[in-house]
Amino acid sequence: MKKNLLIGIALLAPLLALGLFAFSRRWFYPDPFPVEWTTQAFSRLLSDSRTLKAILDSLLLALIVSLLSLIIGYPAARVIGTRDFPGKKWVWLAIFIPTVVPPLAIGMGLSILALQTGLAGTRFGIILAHIVPTLPYTVFTLAGVFERYDENFEYQALALGASSTRIFFTVTLRLLTPGLAVAGLFAFLISWSQYLLTLLVGGGRVLTLPVLLFSAVSGGNPTTISALSLLFLAPPVLIIAATARFLGAHRVLRKSKKCFSLCALW
Amino acid sequence: MKPSNLKLALHLAPTLGILLILLGASLAYGLAQSLGYLTIIGEKELSLSAYQNLISGQGTAGREFWVSLGFSLWISLASTILSTIGALFLATLLNRRPSRIDTFALNWNLAFPHLVWGVLMLLLLSQSGLLARWAGAFGIINTPADFPVLVRDRFGFGIILTYIGKEVPFLTLVTLALLRTQSEGYLLVAENLGANAWQRFRLVTLPLVRPALLSGALLVFAYIFGAYEVPALLGVRYPRTLPVLALEAFTNPDLHARAEGMAISLIIALIVLVIAGLARAKEGIQE
Repeated sequence: MKKNLLIGIALLAPLLALGLFAFSRRWFYPDPFPVEWTTQAFSRLLSDSRTLKAILDSLLLALIVSLLSLIIGYPAARVIGTRDFPGKKWVWLAIFIPTVVPPLAIGMGLSILALQTGLAGTRFGIILAHIVPTLPYTVFTLAGVFERYDENFEYQALALGASSTRIFFTVTLRLLTPGLAVAGLFAFLISWSQYLLTLLVGGGRVLTLPVLLFSAVSGGNPTTISALSLLFLAPPVLIIAATARFLGAHRVLRKSKKCFSLCALW
Repeated sequence: MKPSNLKLALHLAPTLGILLILLGASLAYGLAQSLGYLTIIGEKELSLSAYQNLISGQGTAGREFWVSLGFSLWISLASTILSTIGALFLATLLNRRPSRIDTFALNWNLAFPHLVWGVLMLLLLSQSGLLARWAGAFGIINTPADFPVLVRDRFGFGIILTYIGKEVPFLTLVTLALLRTQSEGYLLVAENLGANAWQRFRLVTLPLVRPALLSGALLVFAYIFGAYEVPALLGVRYPRTLPVLALEAFTNPDLHARAEGMAISLIIALIVLVIAGLARAKEGIQE
């Protein structure tokens, strides 16, 4: 019990530290804790149209990117997970490589490409750039799910006369929901925290939360930086906290542990 | 083509198509620019001068190339080695008393991107940071300047500390997953035969986790070697890591510096790919 309490405090420590700074007013060295507390930093940020737009843009981009990754990755994951075919190793390799090429190299190349095609500074360009790292994780996770997926349920429904659309929505989708959720989650987290690709392809014209945070850090006001960090952390922290039990124990993950742990490197 | 093959190809096409086109195009454009193919200023002649500049230590960014390479290697090596030792220690410790909260604690790490982790280190460790304030309040130091320079320091301590905080949980998770599923029987037998804690660690735990831990460590090294955010936030102007140098050169108004920036970034990518390939080969052996 004591150990759990200690771990709990350790887990919350980063958030508490950010909170100390974010809610402080005129907190100077060497006061160990803020003398005055205020929510000014948050009310200032949340009434600032640039920040609000950044929050909205970040959310929208991450949602679209994860949805697209799921849709694009689904068929590939299905055949990789359920079929054996010659050259499968090469397919794996081709999907693995984008996860290790640094975003710096991808982003610099893509920024030139985006300039040439007129996609620089557009949300569409950024979505395409984000898909490069998110799609592989989606495919890996879903392929792991499909390895334990029993296609016989679909055949049974087919034998009973269900149409293929109906089979997809009532059988396949239902069975796959947990796996799709985890895969979508990874994609969301990766896109949400993406700084370099957004900066390089967006050219500073599309400001997402990480871009704002990064420039705030060079500005150097600890209160603003902390408040922005907390806003930036809110979705991932909530998602991980809400799904932690499911992430730790669920069988989806036992198979896809490798890519799950890879995901920890984002 | 057989119908089943056609179906297979159609299933794979969207994913492979998008990845190969985007990655291929970005690398092709990158390579072209690194070879001095700059359509913006109408320069269409290819040359290796950017690469020559790097190797001979000349040019806007090339001047710093070798220093940055050394600095990047130092940061990546120190972070990886320290994280690996920490993870090995932590995993052995946690494996003795399994509990649900451990795994949660390690997963929790996922919620904190490297960027935020770097921000936290700035707030905690800078000379007017939280730790300095506490040290001042307890009278351990008199002025903020007495607090050791741990972030934005010449040796990259702040960067290394940030990576250790982020990578220890990751490597622990990798190690613990293996220990929890495979080590129990061996450890019991060893204990029955009279092995002490050190012998159990050296003869059971270590050989069991070595391949997975090594491949995890290689991935961590590769990631850190190519990462931009943390060294950009917590580093100094000189020395800089290769990714910071590359991006700075790439955004330089002097277009010739761009070729050098792009060349550095491609060299980083090449090194990272080789190391990641090694990591995968290790995993292959293990399976």
